[in-house]
Amino acid sequence: MTAPAVSRTTFAHALRAEWVKFRTLRSSWYTLACLGFVGLGVAALSMSAAGAEYADATPAERLEWDPTALSLRTYLVAQLIIGVLGILVVTSEYATGLMRTSLAATPRRHRLLAAKAVLVAAVAVAAGQVLMFASFLIGQSLLASQATPNAGLGDPGVLPAVAGGGLYLAAIALLATGLAVILRATAGALATLVGVIFLVPALSNLFPAWTQGLFDFWPSIGGAAVMSTVPDPDHPHPWLNLGVMCLGVAAVLVAAFVLFRRRDV
Amino acid sequence: MTEIAIQGLTKRYGPQTVVDDLTFTVEPGQVTGFLGPNGAGKSTTMRMILGLAAPTAGSVTVGGRRYGDLPVPLTEVGALLDAGAVHGDRKAYDHLLALAAGSGLPRRRVDEVLARTGIGAAAGKRAGGFSLGMRQRLGIAAALLGDPRALIFDEPVNGLDPEGIRWIRGFMRSLAEEGRAVLVSSHLMHEMALTADRLVVIGRGRLIADTGMGEFMRSRGAGTVLVRAADPGALAPSLTAAGAAVRAGEAGALVVSGMTGEAIGAVAARRGVALSELTPQLPSLEDAFMELTEDSVEYQGAAA
Repeated sequence: MTAPAVSRTTFAHALRAEWVKFRTLRSSWYTLACLGFVGLGVAALSMSAAGAEYADATPAERLEWDPTALSLRTYLVAQLIIGVLGILVVTSEYATGLMRTSLAATPRRHRLLAAKAVLVAAVAVAAGQVLMFASFLIGQSLLASQATPNAGLGDPGVLPAVAGGGLYLAAIALLATGLAVILRATAGALATLVGVIFLVPALSNLFPAWTQGLFDFWPSIGGAAVMSTVPDPDHPHPWLNLGVMCLGVAAVLVAAFVLFRRRDV
Repeated sequence: MTEIAIQGLTKRYGPQTVVDDLTFTVEPGQVTGFLGPNGAGKSTTMRMILGLAAPTAGSVTVGGRRYGDLPVPLTEVGALLDAGAVHGDRKAYDHLLALAAGSGLPRRRVDEVLARTGIGAAAGKRAGGFSLGMRQRLGIAAALLGDPRALIFDEPVNGLDPEGIRWIRGFMRSLAEEGRAVLVSSHLMHEMALTADRLVVIGRGRLIADTGMGEFMRSRGAGTVLVRAADPGALAPSLTAAGAAVRAGEAGALVVSGMTGEAIGAVAARRGVALSELTPQLPSLEDAFMELTEDSVEYQGAAA
């Protein structure tokens, strides 16, 4: 009999296992490729039309012209794709029964889920930042080629806006992971995520007044305000909005941890 | 030393009691057959051993400790609950590598278990393309990764072809011979007769029998002898007179119990009756099992 290589397993082992699982699935890389392709594609397409938009704009509209925010608008689509990534890390194991194997190897459930959350956060922060910076640079160069006012990374407020966009995407990925743990199925988690990031913002005007305060911190609405460099009277403290949105994500994750610990698999 | 100890284990889902005050042990160096009809609670019991389901009452310990307290669980217990529990898009090698990484096991263990289960050649293939037999082997390879002292297999031969079944049987025997404690569930009695040293029989979550295999077979009747004779009518009274119980079998044969074939032959010779067949019959384990679990089958068909 071979002696075990370690005397006890740690969080680092669980995290390493999650990384091996992530990198050995083609779907992980397809999803990341899709994120880059669609994300940058949307950025390029929308910015190639922005020159005409600026030319037709009224002087008042020109005052609010925010080339940074425009080039980051691709987050609207990117958040769905990065959300899929956050979901699959969990639901692919439920769908195949692999969750039992994983939990038999790592019976400390909070450790397994924490490893998954850290992996998702790390991948999403990296992918989100790369996407946001690339979108910004491509967008600005397209604006420049149309002789339209554009921004540089060194301009006031630009760097926080771009980096904030990457953080926003990472938060959405974690929200997706939390929903996936709670719902344990890809379809349910994805439908819920779409509801949160697309449907609720689209329908927000129909909702009663007392709910409007919530929208200051809601994904795709107030939570995404950090990506602007022109002050928005509706959201005077955009980082506060993102911070509260992150607290909401944290609350979903706490619920996920509690359920993950309690449930039989 | 007892490897897996189950004490008063109970699991209820709402009003339904799936496992009911179950107590038994799994000892090293033996294959313990865990037998019961479908829905008897075998899988639920195994999930509770692995800490996947929380007992309503009672306890399970592995080497004296709760599963969740084991420092490196895979080195104590290896389990194959469901051969389908691999991601079809992941290569066999990577599946095992992720498990090894999670338990701090060296990479070479992956190669070792692949070789031991005979799927080394398929290591670079995606598990989705595996046959059921290959998936079983991959599942067993995963169970062996940590070189554990106890192994748990849930219905490992289900759906396998004869070749695969024979391999698994031999493999479980060899694991027990290495001194490991092996717990194998099945709803097929004859499967257990070929592999198990001990039998734990449950029905509707309750323990029905916990006994050695040989003991179980003896207690279920010493067996009968099938006798075909030229003149059964003349032989039967003589056998009865000699102390045997005789009943009519099919096509004029006699089914004799309470007497060995040798003694029956001697009686026939004395009576001058020619015998055309003298076949000792093992007690039907399937019958014994059915008898034991008759009352505990969850969904009984209408009497045929």
